[in-house]
Amino acid sequence: MPSSTRASVLRLREHGGKERMGNVLRSLKGLRRYPSMIAGLILILFFVVLSMYTVIALPYGDAIRLWRGGPGVWDDSPRNAVPVWFDLFYKDSLSRTIVVPFEAETKTEETIGDGMKRVEIVLPFQFGYDTFPNELNIFTEATVVTTATLSWRTPDGRTITIQEGRVLRKASDVYYVSQDRVLRAELGAAPHVGLFADPADEARPLKGDYELVLTAEVAEDNELDAKVVVYGKAHGLAGTDHRQRDLMVALLWGAPIALLFGILAAVGAQVSTFVLAGIGTWMGGKLDKVFQWITQVNLILPVLPILIMVGHFYSRSIWTMLGLIIALNVFSASMLTYRAMFLQAKESPYIEAAQAYGAGNWRIIFRYLLPRIAPTLLPQFVLVIPTFVFLEATLSVLGLGDPTLPTWGKLLNDAYTGGALYKGYYYWMVLPSALLMLMGVGFALVGFALDRIFNPRLRTV
Amino acid sequence: MRKFLTRLGRFTLLRAFWLFLALVVAVFLTVVIANMGGEMDRVKRAEIKQYIGMAVFQNPANKGVPKDVLAAMVEDLCRVEYKRLGLDRPFFPGRAFSYTWTALSLQLGRAERLASDAGSRDVIRILMERLPSTLILFATAELLLFLIALFFALFLSRRYGSAVDRISIALAPSSAAPGWFYGIFLILIFAAVLRVLPWGGMLSLPPPKDTGVYLLSLLEHMILPVSAIVIGAVFANIYAWRTFFLIYSSEDYVELARAKGLSGQAVQRRYILRPTLPPIITSFLLTLIVMWMGQIVLEHVFNWPGIGQIFYRATQVSDTPVIVGVIVIYGYLLAATVFVLDFIYAILDPRVRVEAAGARG
Repeated sequence: MPSSTRASVLRLREHGGKERMGNVLRSLKGLRRYPSMIAGLILILFFVVLSMYTVIALPYGDAIRLWRGGPGVWDDSPRNAVPVWFDLFYKDSLSRTIVVPFEAETKTEETIGDGMKRVEIVLPFQFGYDTFPNELNIFTEATVVTTATLSWRTPDGRTITIQEGRVLRKASDVYYVSQDRVLRAELGAAPHVGLFADPADEARPLKGDYELVLTAEVAEDNELDAKVVVYGKAHGLAGTDHRQRDLMVALLWGAPIALLFGILAAVGAQVSTFVLAGIGTWMGGKLDKVFQWITQVNLILPVLPILIMVGHFYSRSIWTMLGLIIALNVFSASMLTYRAMFLQAKESPYIEAAQAYGAGNWRIIFRYLLPRIAPTLLPQFVLVIPTFVFLEATLSVLGLGDPTLPTWGKLLNDAYTGGALYKGYYYWMVLPSALLMLMGVGFALVGFALDRIFNPRLRTV
Repeated sequence: MRKFLTRLGRFTLLRAFWLFLALVVAVFLTVVIANMGGEMDRVKRAEIKQYIGMAVFQNPANKGVPKDVLAAMVEDLCRVEYKRLGLDRPFFPGRAFSYTWTALSLQLGRAERLASDAGSRDVIRILMERLPSTLILFATAELLLFLIALFFALFLSRRYGSAVDRISIALAPSSAAPGWFYGIFLILIFAAVLRVLPWGGMLSLPPPKDTGVYLLSLLEHMILPVSAIVIGAVFANIYAWRTFFLIYSSEDYVELARAKGLSGQAVQRRYILRPTLPPIITSFLLTLIVMWMGQIVLEHVFNWPGIGQIFYRATQVSDTPVIVGVIVIYGYLLAATVFVLDFIYAILDPRVRVEAAGARG
């Protein structure tokens, strides 16, 4: 091959390359003209930082364990509590969770003969909120099965017997005071309301120092301990769900999962489409025809029903879904757009020059053809990310989310099946939706702005 | 004119062929997945064996018959039942293909677990019962979407750069979220907080007898889902179509028409709208395809008694015939929509006509 031809091709390409770089730089300088782009970038940056923080602050294993829940994991957090900043919207302060731990008890023991002793455990706490608690639980730990009497001392000096002769199971036991029907009947109100109500004004709780007293007669060498949890109406920055889980776990972990899912799916789907379109257009002939046929068919395949079926019959793992989504999007509608662009680029003089110096098909495709169109890939690529993020949410809302992962879509599904809207737990639905929306809008803003930057035809309009 | 018609005919036939091929692939995939690639056969065989075994061994008439005789009897009965259901032949390739073929010819068979509201187990009846509700929701929403987007895109292209224009363009990213997502918010606002519109469903309970009241109730229940579909896609379409209009309205022939003194409306109708309609129809087609699929979630969220909802229920209980039936019906509807729009495209596309005219001259 004459080296001069090759050099001139290189020069041609080099020149094109420089021009491209210059274009990109100029475009970036022009960013100021696109405030929407800056807003979008800030949003994306926010989610990237949030994801990094999440992965470091709450490692994957912990998040999965916390989200799975189970006995003991969420004992101290309330059920369906609103975020604490809801205080801003109410005149009355929302009650918070008060945990009176095992260590806080004052225990007095008195020998009563026959190898027995009488134990009195007092658990004091202060209640100073304008609203009633959500629930009341008493946790006990006993060496053997024990019978105990539980009573309640209010700030104004009344003593209410909660239950006499309560049987406490061996090892740990929970007494769900709020669900005690007998007590409810006696108090004429839900226990967690009746026990706190101000006798002068039944609609308001009485503020001050309360005490839970537990007395029991046990054998000399046996132990008995107690803990009280007064569950609040507000908890944490994100509130809690019907299984007492802090929504923050899923809100935080939803960010890296959504980002990763959206970006991986976009990379897999768009880049493969792009490369295949390039190969098909350059090779032409049968290969190009076949690619076009597959695209025609693929275009109207029922993607969501296929995903639903695979999710139901095979696996709900997020990786299966991701792989399937990529596979179904390789021959997507973008194929047609890219093909049109490649057909134009194919005729450029520098490609002809490359052919002249004897560059092979693959060399032309990967060194000359693909790089030329690559910038147009970027807006498309950014614009499809939110589509995939919402696709994951869609699958989750249909109950086909990955069973172990805490994601925003799973929160929406929990909220939907848990009747969040009927019961007025709006925060449960609004928080994950807001994050989903912000992420979607972030990428969409950047994508639209990039579209205008890289497609000059749109710049003027 | 005859050339034009032959071209049109060839184009139409080609499209019909591709659509049908896509339909075959979709249904075949569905058949394979919904049977777990033949794995479902084992489940069904086990079910039949257990059922027949119980029937034979617990039959009082068989008391005293030796166990091995009974076991042989069960085997025989099972064989007959397998043969009846075609389970004696391997799933691949024969049964998978014949299943695809019978499904495409709309012989959808009987549901395994679900039944229609009237009590029938015929898949076709189950689906036909629900088809009208899906169609009325979908068609209304799509028609509204098309008209609103077209109207606003034209309107904005005339007011390029105005405040309304900028606001609408700024709203374009909102279409990143699908319709059901807005549906949840609409339910939250209008059903949960304001309590002015129903939460979901298609009619108030009990269904009104009087036709007028019936229609009103239907209309009331349609407001939210239709709005959800429209909101989910309208701004992106306005953005895209407005761009088409702007590009075409800066063409020389439009300038010429204006210079000739034609009224703004005439210019818009004859010189801008006409050449832009084909790309607009293509873009609308893609939206439509995506929305057909999204219908499943939307019906789930709004508890709309349509085909999408029955598909969701069928996957929940692994009712393969219903799943395949839904895909077939969906497929035919989608293919029909695509076909009609393609046909309109072919008629509108100036290239088809110009080339035909050129050939004639």
